[in-house]
Amino acid sequence: MDRFIEDKSHKVDVNIDGTTEKKIDFNDLKTGGFIKQRQKDLFTVRLRCPGGRMTTKNLIEVSKIADEYSLEGVVHFSYRQSLEILYVNYKEFSKIVEKLAEIGMKVASCGPRVRVPTACGGCEYNPNGLTDTQGLARMVDEKFFGTPTHHKFKISFSGCPLDCSRTREMDLGFQGVVDPVWDEPSCTGCTICSEVCKEDAIEADPDTGKPIFKEENCIYCGDCIRACPTGSWTAKRTGHIIRIGGKHGRHPLEAFAQANFIPDEKVPEVIEKTIEWYLANGIRGERIGFTIRRVGYDSYQEHMKETFESGSPVREEI
Amino acid sequence: MSEEIKADAELDLRGVMCPINFVKTKLKLEMLDAGQVLEIVLDSGEPIQNVPKSIKDEGHTIVDVKKEDGYFRLKIEKS
Repeated sequence: MDRFIEDKSHKVDVNIDGTTEKKIDFNDLKTGGFIKQRQKDLFTVRLRCPGGRMTTKNLIEVSKIADEYSLEGVVHFSYRQSLEILYVNYKEFSKIVEKLAEIGMKVASCGPRVRVPTACGGCEYNPNGLTDTQGLARMVDEKFFGTPTHHKFKISFSGCPLDCSRTREMDLGFQGVVDPVWDEPSCTGCTICSEVCKEDAIEADPDTGKPIFKEENCIYCGDCIRACPTGSWTAKRTGHIIRIGGKHGRHPLEAFAQANFIPDEKVPEVIEKTIEWYLANGIRGERIGFTIRRVGYDSYQEHMKETFESGSPVREEI
Repeated sequence: MSEEIKADAELDLRGVMCPINFVKTKLKLEMLDAGQVLEIVLDSGEPIQNVPKSIKDEGHTIVDVKKEDGYFRLKIEKS
């Protein structure tokens, strides 16, 4: 069989559990993370790697599995940080799933549901990181992965305002922020904070050198806190900007901030209630970004009111 | 934070790029004993944005900062 002849069929005989032979729709397979390739009988197997993190031991084992089952001996790093094993024959599905399960690896999914969350390195090892993006990504993967929605639902975590995980392009994005407070008595007026601030949010008093804080310019990155030699700038609170309604694809939308300084412990509630609002207000095949623009931000804000009271209000919209 | 803090060593890092300026600071500090003071001169802009926070991350204390024209003079006490 020439594996480079394009196959346009939509169903295939599959022996998933080793006993029952049946016709399976390719779209059903996608829900399980098996994506049909152009080539007849061949599929891409997408793994679940929340936050794009994997132990080296698992990486070695996954490499062995990929080497055994990829007919071309190739993998692909997906745009959402998961590893995809290419050119896998569907007849091997049950075996490959079993082998992956032995090392605790699972297969991801596609389609209208909560996807594997993406995340940057976060505060664990990134010097700019303010939030534990990796821990939160694992939590979301365990709690919400696969939850059915009207359309795909993508969540990401960025640890700081550099926003490497592109929360502005997500259905629901969480971006780390820190609220700086200044303590006058310990300040020596060295002016380092005003030099360090890239946002013109801190001006040094021409006489004393002490900071004049212009909060309207602050993006809550914490550069001032990290740079201050005397610890005069400290973190009042750390949390997340919540961005909603972004997407990529043919018709990109920007996600807009709807709350600020939401603490870690409220993250699951934000997700749960956002999905609740989406399911109640959206229609099948509609991304939440279109729903919120159609139904209105007020409706979403009203639904989230109690949850968002744990932080500070922000309203961005077109 | 007073004028009296005396430096035991000095390093002029004007014109030295990140992160070489920090690496040089770190190496110089390694040659000192705990409690001794190193004075460094850093350019404004990127060096002053990066080096002080890295010094703090390493556990040392910045005991004096003076802004001069276009650069900063920092005194660092080794931890």
